[in-house]
Amino acid sequence: MMKKLSVENLAPVYFTVALFVIWEAACRLFKIDTFILPAPTEIFAAMVKYWWPLLKNSFVTLWTTMAGFAIAVVFGIALGVVVGWSRTIYRGLYPVMIGFNSVPKVAVVPILIMWFGIGEVPAILTAFLISFFPIVVNVATGLATTEPELEDVLRALGASKLDIMRKVGIPRTGPYLFGALKVGITLAFVGAVVSETIGANAGVGHLMVQAGSNFQMPLVFAGLISLAIQGILMYAIFAVFERRMVAWAFRSSQSAGG
Amino acid sequence: MIVLDNVTLTYPGRTGPVTALAGTTLHVRKGEFAAVVGPSGCGKSTLMKLVTGLIRPTSGTVSIDGAEVKGPVKVAGMAFQHANLLPWRTVLQNVMLPLEIVEPYRRRFSRDKAEFQDKAMALLNVVGLGAFADRFPWEMSGGMQQRASLCRSLIHQPALLMLDEPFAALDAFTREELWCVLRDLWQEFGFTVILVTHDLREAAFLADTIHVMSARPGRIVETRQVPFPRPRDLDVCYRAEFTGLVHELRNKIAEVRQAA
Repeated sequence: MMKKLSVENLAPVYFTVALFVIWEAACRLFKIDTFILPAPTEIFAAMVKYWWPLLKNSFVTLWTTMAGFAIAVVFGIALGVVVGWSRTIYRGLYPVMIGFNSVPKVAVVPILIMWFGIGEVPAILTAFLISFFPIVVNVATGLATTEPELEDVLRALGASKLDIMRKVGIPRTGPYLFGALKVGITLAFVGAVVSETIGANAGVGHLMVQAGSNFQMPLVFAGLISLAIQGILMYAIFAVFERRMVAWAFRSSQSAGG
Repeated sequence: MIVLDNVTLTYPGRTGPVTALAGTTLHVRKGEFAAVVGPSGCGKSTLMKLVTGLIRPTSGTVSIDGAEVKGPVKVAGMAFQHANLLPWRTVLQNVMLPLEIVEPYRRRFSRDKAEFQDKAMALLNVVGLGAFADRFPWEMSGGMQQRASLCRSLIHQPALLMLDEPFAALDAFTREELWCVLRDLWQEFGFTVILVTHDLREAAFLADTIHVMSARPGRIVETRQVPFPRPRDLDVCYRAEFTGLVHELRNKIAEVRQAA
């Protein structure tokens, strides 16, 4: 196993370390004010010093993000299936969804706060609103691009539309769905944090706003880094699921075509 | 018995209505191996969809065993130029797909799965894929995929097998191998076959009857009985009568292409 840790496998580590080293060097070399851009060492010091508030608020952000994302997955798959089912629904609903997706979610947050008050609910809903669109589009695309010849084979066997969906449409949507999940989870973090920044009493977004108003720039950056770590972790989890569940989509390059 | 009686099919194309078939009349006996040959774009594939009821004729009637075809027939097996196997299923699971859809197998599927698996394995053994049942389609060559596709189209023992240029994408040697596979399957099970092809040797080797279609709008311009006795061996392809038949068909097609 150790031999498998090749240069390629360790590349992400090298690149991350290199980024922080350059950052640190730049801060020291150009004597950048901590208030403008804190050096990584200062940020890590802040992380150690404020580990408990960071952890507590990270946990709030994580669960609101996951709750919003879970709703987005359920709702997104359901709507994606409906949209992919019929051309008429596809054509009717698509412009509406594009319009909806074009609305900046920052603009919606104050409305959500008016409706549901300060707290976790607006964050969950913002995470949901921002992440459901790619899921709908990808599921619908997966269903809509079923090979017509394959459909003919099944229809000549007397298969109903539902049969074709179950046996072909939905399984072949797997790779599209997982692609969307990986994009969606990172978007969901953005949504939750945006909402926390505008109005919340917990969460990393809230922590960063407070730290900013106290001029604790290293803590603001510590918040950013903890968000980045959460995003990477969630992405990695979905990537592992993807590899397990739709392994057939990663067919090797030596395999025969067709 | 399959009868197409004076069938015309017109559909709206991008530049006005297109007539794919005009007044086509065709008879195929039960258990007969019929081949349809013709220049490209003559509506051969349209003919397949009409017979299986996937599309309805604009005028005229299509009937199977005396009953008019009004919707998708529920018993036909189909195979196309591309194997169209499902990449997330193994070969065995792909072959068993029709059993999950066609009655009465569907109702019994979960209960009699083991029996159906044996049935699918037996069929895979006939086409020489027994050892590859647990492979995925994308791990196999084009010829092997096409064998699996043939098994899939036959697993539910259809009375009618529709083949749309099933061997067109294969190399010459694999193609001849699969001719023999198809010949053996047909002789064993005795289903009716309609084979659409533009390979005249393929038609002459496999079929009882060859129908020649004209260029679009397609219709049957000539029907030839193939006199060679069964069982046929690949050697028949090198006999003078065989070459003569292919040559005549070739001339006929050149003629209808000229006329277009």
